[in-house]
Amino acid sequence: MTAAPEAGFADPVHDAQRCFRAILDAMSRPGRIARISGVTSPAPLGVAAGAALLTLLDHETPVWLDPDVWAARGWVAFHCGAAVVADPAACAFAVAMSLPDLTLFAEGTHEEPERSATVICQVDSFSKGQTFRLSGPGLREEEELSVQGLPRDFASIWERNHALFPRGIDLILCAGDQLTALPRTVSIQEV
Amino acid sequence: MAYVAVKGGERAIRNAHAWLAEERRGDPSVPDLGLDQIRQQLGRAVDRAMGEGSLYDPELAALAIKQAQGDLIEAAFLLRAFRTTLPRFAHSRAVDTARMRAARRISAIFKDLPGGQILGPTYDYTHRLLDFELAEDTLPPDAPRAAPDPSPMPRVPDILGREGLLEPDGATDAEPGDLTRDPLRFPAGRDVRLQALARGDEGFLLAMGYSTQRGYGGSHPFAGEVRMGEVSVEIEPPELGFAIDIGDLTVTECQMVNQFKGSKTQPPQFTRGYGLVFGFSERKAMSMALVDRAMRAEELGEDVTAPAQNVEFVLYHSDNIEATGFVEHLKLPHYVDFQSELQNVRRLREAVERREAAE
Amino acid sequence: MKGYNFAYLDEQTKRMIRRALLKAVAIPGHQVPFGSREMPLPYGWGTGGIQVTASILGQNDTLKVIDQGADDTTNAVSIRHFFARTAGVATTTSTAKATVIQTRHRIPEETLRSDQIIVYQVPQPEPLSRLEPSRVETKRMHALADYGLMHVKLYEDVARLGQISISYDYPVLVNHRYLTSPSPIPAFDNPKMDRMPALQLFGAGREKRIYAIPPWTDVRSLDFDDHPFRPINAPQACGLCGAADSYKDEVVTDDRGGRMFVCSDTDHCERRRNDAA
Repeated sequence: MTAAPEAGFADPVHDAQRCFRAILDAMSRPGRIARISGVTSPAPLGVAAGAALLTLLDHETPVWLDPDVWAARGWVAFHCGAAVVADPAACAFAVAMSLPDLTLFAEGTHEEPERSATVICQVDSFSKGQTFRLSGPGLREEEELSVQGLPRDFASIWERNHALFPRGIDLILCAGDQLTALPRTVSIQEV
Repeated sequence: MAYVAVKGGERAIRNAHAWLAEERRGDPSVPDLGLDQIRQQLGRAVDRAMGEGSLYDPELAALAIKQAQGDLIEAAFLLRAFRTTLPRFAHSRAVDTARMRAARRISAIFKDLPGGQILGPTYDYTHRLLDFELAEDTLPPDAPRAAPDPSPMPRVPDILGREGLLEPDGATDAEPGDLTRDPLRFPAGRDVRLQALARGDEGFLLAMGYSTQRGYGGSHPFAGEVRMGEVSVEIEPPELGFAIDIGDLTVTECQMVNQFKGSKTQPPQFTRGYGLVFGFSERKAMSMALVDRAMRAEELGEDVTAPAQNVEFVLYHSDNIEATGFVEHLKLPHYVDFQSELQNVRRLREAVERREAAE
Repeated sequence: MKGYNFAYLDEQTKRMIRRALLKAVAIPGHQVPFGSREMPLPYGWGTGGIQVTASILGQNDTLKVIDQGADDTTNAVSIRHFFARTAGVATTTSTAKATVIQTRHRIPEETLRSDQIIVYQVPQPEPLSRLEPSRVETKRMHALADYGLMHVKLYEDVARLGQISISYDYPVLVNHRYLTSPSPIPAFDNPKMDRMPALQLFGAGREKRIYAIPPWTDVRSLDFDDHPFRPINAPQACGLCGAADSYKDEVVTDDRGGRMFVCSDTDHCERRRNDAA
């Protein structure tokens, strides 16, 4: 007998809509940070990561979980209805506690670049850590984003992904109750 | 005349709907049309609305036909828009048409066959003379009935298949695609193509099928078998582990048998075209089978030259709800674009006039 | 509305559309296929735009719907009413007050802000469709960024007519990569799409495609150095508010050639007249 999984959204329709608009806003303006509420997430997921999963996943989206997220496996299966897959190349979404090797995931094809994975990665903080300079669609001028919890060489890892355009992985970063996004179009420089 | 911006769109719409409702009802001294009357006496219309509406529910189809004043594409549209809101509780198992309780079953390629030829309630041999007695409320005499023949009625392709003269039907256990959930992708599998045809417009399929007979992608068809009757729908709930019967559907099935000379990889044998539609609609089932076979041209190594063989062309134009929407949307206001076109033509004409003046 | 979910679509459908929207934003101008549902309005009436709007709309949004630039055209009225009924959201005719604007055939005159989203109804998302009807072929062209067919068409216009003759649905290149249909807006509106502060979303229901242009993204109307893009508009000022720089409708006032030109954007015109009064 296992304990009942923590609750999903308090208000499934409207909480999901608010969370989606926050993600859409972040994807449209890379690096913009939004605060999320309305969900009790299971450890080790924070509020924002849990909300993002509830908002985007369902039985149509195979999901890959990094071993550090396995504790939340039951919650993901129960509340999202998503099939957890072992093969990272077969997932639509990946959830990780530290940046996974992006080359493991589907990058899409030149004809169907949308068939690429979205990686939801939990980091420590957006208020300290390494600072990156972002530019690209969605940004009027260069913007800065601080992240604690990404690999030291993230800018060069990202460069490889960015260079695949129009193919490539899209990244949603979550820290506690905050989230932001880095679509494949954004170019990132270390400050 | 002073220009006044057109206002009151909301009121105009409301009034139009009120007028429509009044029109639909017609003269109130004439009795209202009951859904049971539509179901019972306009069965072919109900069948077509269900088929193209992709929803098997004769009662709702009758309502849709009443609401649409007998406009069957409009009725199918009403059913589709309702269908899309329905939750999905289970997926049925594939229906087994070999176990059909057939009201009609004919084969054009055998004089007689196990299970026999059954004409059933067909118009085939009626003389198309207007029956003025029908204008009165007359009750027809009881039709004579034979005792049901309990002997099995194997499908003609199964009979031919035993000798290896007909290609196998390539059944798989793979989950079939669903056009109503996922957009069309190419190359489109036969599962998705058949789904599109089953939902497709009867007139479009008829014209496409007919064109193959006239030489646009000919495939030398024989009506191997046409059967119509009731089949059982079964689901297998995972918690039960066995199938349960949840109801019956009336369907029409057509197995077209087509000549095929063989290819490098296949010996000469007959190939198939398949049609299956809700209700009693031989015209559509047969057309569907012709078009299905035509669309297999590439797979069978035939030249793709005719419209009916062009999978993309057929699949993108067979749906009458999509087609009627886009054709009819031309009546929505387009004056902004027309204005830019007007200015454009004026500009082009000025340029020509300037050039001519300069010469 | 009783018996229906908030904003009509069920949550599973919204999630599917939301996922498509995020990929669309991540690949600006690329058409993302989606499982377009059958809507209670006919294809061609804005089913794609309606599905996009229904998937983004929240209780706190204020919705504006325009058709031909006007809030009071019958289809705009009907769609606005649909969302008022199914989502109970506030609606407005004011461009400035709206958070979400669904449009058919126009972009409002007033510059949109970064806290607004504009949703375009798109009849034909494939900009190459009149040159190559097969979607299998056009998909391959987009994959290779092979837009020679369109350049040849424009070049032939110039050679034959001395100018590019496209006056609406004028093709654009988004983010230097994808050839994209701006939807059938007049070419006059194309420059508004370039580096627009608002997010632009496009829904094509019948063709089952969604695409997007993020804010501040380069959107270039195709042209040639010696034949630059030249949007068309009536040279006359608005007969109601006097605006010279707005897009005009031509209104026939009698059968003897009488006509006047008025702003197509009814909110813009009304605001200008109110400001003047």
